This record gives sequence, C-alpha cells and structure tokens, in this order.
Amino acid sequence: MSDLHTSPSGESHGSVSSYIIGFVLAVILTAASFGLVMSHSLSPSGTLTGLAVLAFIQVLVHLHYFLHMGNGSEQRWNNMCFFFTVGFVVILLIGTMFIMNNTALHMMSR
Amino acid sequence: MAHDTTVQTAGHDEHHHESPVVFGFWVYLMTDCIIFGSLFAVFAVLHNQVNGGPSGRDLFEYSGLAQETALLLISSITYGFGMIAAHKNEVSKVIMWLGVTFLLGLGFVGLELNEFAHMIHEGNGPDRSAFLSSFFTLVSTHGLHVTCGLIWLVTLIVQLMGTTEIPERMMNKLTCLSLFWHFLDIVWICVFTYVYLASMI
Repeated sequence: MSDLHTSPSGESHGSVSSYIIGFVLAVILTAASFGLVMSHSLSPSGTLTGLAVLAFIQVLVHLHYFLHMGNGSEQRWNNMCFFFTVGFVVILLIGTMFIMNNTALHMMSR
Repeated sequence: MAHDTTVQTAGHDEHHHESPVVFGFWVYLMTDCIIFGSLFAVFAVLHNQVNGGPSGRDLFEYSGLAQETALLLISSITYGFGMIAAHKNEVSKVIMWLGVTFLLGLGFVGLELNEFAHMIHEGNGPDRSAFLSSFFTLVSTHGLHVTCGLIWLVTLIVQLMGTTEIPERMMNKLTCLSLFWHFLDIVWICVFTYVYLASMI
C-alpha cells in the first residue's frame, strides 16, 4: 500500500505515511510481545516461540520501513552484504550454542 | 510516454543519491551486527550460570523496560521525520527533529544507566555471576553505541546550524546516522525480546 504513495525516487528514503505505517506496526508488535509475557496465557515454550516470531516480524518491519531495504537493482550489493552477514551470524549463534551445550554435557557441568 | 520520462529522471536521481560512502557505512554496520551476534551467543551460553545469585526474573522490571523501548522506538520515527525534512531541504525542521531524537536517546541512556547503577548498588554488578557479566557486556555495548549516536547527533546539529541548505555531503552524513540509529533499534528488539522478556517468562 505504501508503494502507491511513494514515487519511484522516494523509494530509497520513505515518506511520512510509510514511516507511520512502520511505527504503528512496530508498536503493535512490541505491545504484543509484552502482553504475551505479562499475561502468562501460553506455556513457557509456547511463549518463547511466540516471542521469537514477533521479534522476527518486527525486525523485518524495521528493515523495510526504517532502513528501506528493498530488492531494487542498485541495492543488490547492500542486500548481498546483508544476507552474507545474516548467514554468518546464524552459523555463529547456532554453532556456539551447539558446541558449548555439547561441551557442558560431556563435562557434566549442568 | 510522459510516464516513461518521469521514471527515467527519477531513476537517474536515485542513482545520484546512492553514494559509496553510504554503502561503506552499510558494510561497517554489517560488521557491527557480527559483534552483537557474538555477544548474543555469549549471553545464550551463560544466561543460566547465575552462581547462586539473582536470575533475570529477579532483576528485570516491566516498567523500566517498557519506557526504554518506547523511547527508542519513538526516537526512530522522529529521526525518520528528520530525514524526510532533509530531503525537502528544510534545515530548521531537520535540526528540530534531530534535537527531539537526541532528547529521546538521552532519556534512553539515562534510564539504562539508572538501571545499571541500581543493580550494581544492590551487589548485582557484572562481577556477581557469568550471567550478569554477559548481560552487562551485551546491554552496555548497545548503550555505548547509542551514546556514540548521541554525540554524532549533536555534531550534525552544530554543523547544520546557520546553514540554509543541505549539500550532498551533509545528506550522506544524515543518511549514515539514519542507518546507524535504525540499526540500533533493531538490536534493541533482540535485546528486549531475548535478554529481558525471555528471562521473565
């Protein structure tokens, strides 16, 4: 919908309406995260999954509406750099958690 | 036909705005993302190692966290309005929005320092347990970034004062800070979700 309001040149820096849409979505998602934890309505693991999903969506909202990431041809290098970094960080996180957890199991420190 | 020409000029304009400075800064942000990734990994490994001390559930409060999150989220949109004003070449509006963003960011850092001071005063400083060491490292690295952003904001406000229009060089500086500020907000989403809320379940 925001694409209708922005001119082709406006795409890289957003408009008032796209910032407001992004802000409203971010507020809703943040409030939902707080509400999910404060209401204790789900099981602990369910709450954790819910939080992860909400945070993931909110990161996407921020990337799109505030950092103006898109799939335009001139953003190709930015995007390649970004996806490389995301892949790197995912390997870093999962690898660290797996290795340290495995070490702890073998050393019976937990 | 007329439509075609508009698209072409707009496309050319857009090309003009894309600067190697901004791309270079984007690459820097990606490396910063790796720093935060490693600090999150450390926190993930150590967050249960409380050494008989308090856990996140005992330490964290909803009200302070909600205030910090609100300040940072609002400062994101005020900076966005500043960028819109900058693209329209309205210098006084840009200074006003950057000033508002600065105050909100300052409020965030103030609340965070207050929270840290309170925790350290109660004997729950970074030396208490591995959990608290990793907590302080991760959250204060973010706070330090916000503080750097505040210094940067003041610098740009001073440079903008007395000018009547925004040259391309200035626009690049504003765009870089915009990326930096919104990036810090994304890091904060991960911090308040994973560090705070997840340990309060």
